[in-house]
Amino acid sequence: MSAVVDEHDHHADDHHDHGPAKGLLRWITTTNHKDIGTLYLLFALAMFFVGGAMAMVIRAELFEPGLQFVDPAFFNSMTTMHALVMVFGAVMPAFVGLANWQIPLMIGAADMALPRMNNMSFWMLVAGVLLLASTLFMEGGAPNGGWTLYPPLVLQPITVGKALPFAIFSVHLLGISSIMGAINIIATIFNMRAPSMKLMDMPLFVWTWLITAFLLIAVMPVFAGAVTMLLTDKFFHTSFFNAAGGGDPVLYEHIFWFFGHPEVYIMILPTFGVASTIIPVFARKPLFGYASMVWATGSIAFLSFIVWAHHMFTVGLPLAGELYFMYATMIIAVPTGVKVFNWTATMWKGAMTFETPMLFSIAFVVLFTMGGFTGLMMSIAPSDFQYHDTYFIVAHFHYTLVPASVFILMAAGYFWLPKWTGHMYNEKIGQLHFWISVVSVNVLFFPQHFLGLAGMPRRIPDYAVQFADWNMISSVGGFIFGVSQLLFLYIVIDTIRGGTGEKVSDEVWEDAAKHSLEWTLPSPLPYHTWTTPPTVVPTEHVLDSH
Amino acid sequence: MNKAKQLFAGLILLALGLGTAHADYTLNLMKGVTKVSNDIYDLHMLILWICVFIGIGVFGAMFYSIYHHRKSKGYVAAQFHENTTVEIIWTIIPTLILIGMAIPATKTMLELNDVEKSDMTIQVTGRQWYWDYKYLDNDIHFESHLDEASEKVHRTVGADPRSVPHYLLNVDKPLVIPVKKKVRFVLTSMDVIHSWWVPDFGWKKDANPGFINEASTYVEKPGTYRGQCTELCGRDHGFMPIVVIAMEQPDYDAWVKRTLELQKQKPDLSDQSTQQLMAHGESVYLKNCVGCHQIGGAGVPGLIPALTGSAIVTGKWESLDGFLRAGTSKMPKFDKLSGKEFAELMTYVRNNLGNKVGDELQPKQTALPDDDE
Repeated sequence: MSAVVDEHDHHADDHHDHGPAKGLLRWITTTNHKDIGTLYLLFALAMFFVGGAMAMVIRAELFEPGLQFVDPAFFNSMTTMHALVMVFGAVMPAFVGLANWQIPLMIGAADMALPRMNNMSFWMLVAGVLLLASTLFMEGGAPNGGWTLYPPLVLQPITVGKALPFAIFSVHLLGISSIMGAINIIATIFNMRAPSMKLMDMPLFVWTWLITAFLLIAVMPVFAGAVTMLLTDKFFHTSFFNAAGGGDPVLYEHIFWFFGHPEVYIMILPTFGVASTIIPVFARKPLFGYASMVWATGSIAFLSFIVWAHHMFTVGLPLAGELYFMYATMIIAVPTGVKVFNWTATMWKGAMTFETPMLFSIAFVVLFTMGGFTGLMMSIAPSDFQYHDTYFIVAHFHYTLVPASVFILMAAGYFWLPKWTGHMYNEKIGQLHFWISVVSVNVLFFPQHFLGLAGMPRRIPDYAVQFADWNMISSVGGFIFGVSQLLFLYIVIDTIRGGTGEKVSDEVWEDAAKHSLEWTLPSPLPYHTWTTPPTVVPTEHVLDSH
Repeated sequence: MNKAKQLFAGLILLALGLGTAHADYTLNLMKGVTKVSNDIYDLHMLILWICVFIGIGVFGAMFYSIYHHRKSKGYVAAQFHENTTVEIIWTIIPTLILIGMAIPATKTMLELNDVEKSDMTIQVTGRQWYWDYKYLDNDIHFESHLDEASEKVHRTVGADPRSVPHYLLNVDKPLVIPVKKKVRFVLTSMDVIHSWWVPDFGWKKDANPGFINEASTYVEKPGTYRGQCTELCGRDHGFMPIVVIAMEQPDYDAWVKRTLELQKQKPDLSDQSTQQLMAHGESVYLKNCVGCHQIGGAGVPGLIPALTGSAIVTGKWESLDGFLRAGTSKMPKFDKLSGKEFAELMTYVRNNLGNKVGDELQPKQTALPDDDE
């Protein structure tokens, strides 16, 4: 324990009880950033398994050509719900959970700036996801027009039964929840930093989340607006997207992807932040280019607003539009390349060790880069006239989401759980989890490149027989990947309940305290931390001039 | 290269013991049969090789480092960071590579976009779930549905897709075009967004309801080219393939002549036996009704009403006939069917799919005076 914390604890004990409330009510009414972080992370983990189960249904039906298990409409519901649950129920909440735990710890703040709103945004997320899940049991089934909810398909009575208004209201709730979370994060970072911590002293995880929070505030209302227009088109006879009434279905695509492209960076920027936090610790070396990482993150965020129509190269854009969106999209490769080079240079001449968080982080750098390569290939507009809406794009975005975002979330779990709980996880099982995951995820997604190039469209429940072999291999990979994630669940529960029994030090990882503030606090973390801000901040990652 | 890749894939498949290995799968993009598809292929290979090259460089450095710079080998970490020169280099070089890529990409984009000076125009209309083709120069007009064999197999649990040639990639009436002619396509849709894709031509283009998109192709060699709808368009999105047959000009001219003659023929209104009515009725049903009402007539609970036991289906045939011709807010009208097809279809749905009305309708009964046109 550092002197600072000790002194404060003593002072505070005189006034009020420091421990959490007892029983279930603790979790419902909590305003503590650590409790809310835990709620977010556990909820996200649960949704990861729900969304994963839907993926298993998809891969089971695609295991062989022909009709085996599910009706095509239910298949379409599964692809739609898998995406919505994974994006809005698993990946985004998981990063908000990490932000809740880590941002106050990393910037020396006692809690989030708006703790009550923090509680509200979590429970609104739960309400939103439950409402969405309830559509599975409705007459006509869950939405099955794809997660993009393109009209006129999603407005058709024969396609989406009673579910549409519920799905739209659910999107509204999730949007409000995300916006409140983002406001909270921005307010915390700007107002609650330790006085000695300048913006350019902040750990990269905090930086990437700050930028992500601005993206959220900018685009969630756009999505809410788009789905509200769907609602009025459906029930109030407006014609925003109905050509017969003077509207345009392609308008929806523009609005959706103006939200949708920044949205995918909302899921990847915090990923970059965690990777930039973990790699230096296990390379025992400062991050190679802190400032350029911050600028690269900012550039990627800015570019995310001006490239949306690369999702729409084949909708019939004018030539100038095709060329502009192609060039703008290609430019993203530059800041993204800077990031990959930076991680590589950070590892270069380090003294690396390969504990589970580092293994997942290295796999992230390699496999995310592969997703980046296919992204670059698809930015080339004429080539995209072949790749678009095939399994090639399915492979691409799963490479940037699963072995990137999801792997980094796993890495973060292994990295910080010992700090949060004071218990060490079982390294052997952790490594086993990593190796099974990294092999099976490639067996799952790599063959999908071949399928796409060979001409298999996405979102089809059945396919021509020449696609049979790679689909079968992909499904086998999928089942192994799905089942092996139960190892992670086991490790999380095991670690919370005592893990290996080894008492972890305050730093947990060798010299971690040189990199970030949370490692200067005791392990396990007390319920309240940084009630007095720290006076000295680690400068390991910062410019020499500081 | 392709051979090496196929060999590699074959070995993997062999290692996994998959006896199914179908000979005609591919790993890479196909070259196609038009200049633009070849240019796209070249562009694809160029970018792929650049990515492979960069990947070898970056991952090579990373894995060298992972192998050598590890604590277990007693390596002591250097503490360097920030190097403006290096950072400028790794910003400038990728930018130059990107400019190098943008030049051929722009050229191909211009080529892809060119629909001027075409020799003929075909209107492609996406429908749930088939394609409607109209030759604007000679009034040929027909629908192109998934073939019956695929239609039956893909709707039956446990049926064997390998028993059907070109499973899911075959249609009843393919689109026919001449080779060495610039064919312009105008694409639109009657219901939701579809996308028309023939990989051998090198492009797909969305068919948007209420709007018209353009694209063109110039096929070099005769052959049959297959593709699929590539924009999710509802439950049977996976079942509306595209087949294009490219013919030499004389063959094409003969096809046009034959098709126009068939189109002008008056429908045959002579009486049919019960078996004929039922067999023809099934074909009409598979083409027009099965997508929604399903192969057994059960419909989809909550979305689409069942035909089995339906009061409309089993009631007076005159009211069923009127219902089919008029449609509802949920069901499209089917006045496009001929009087003959109405007789066949109604006889089928009233005496199959679990219904037993016991009547038999003949074309003469159901034909309206203007049905012949």
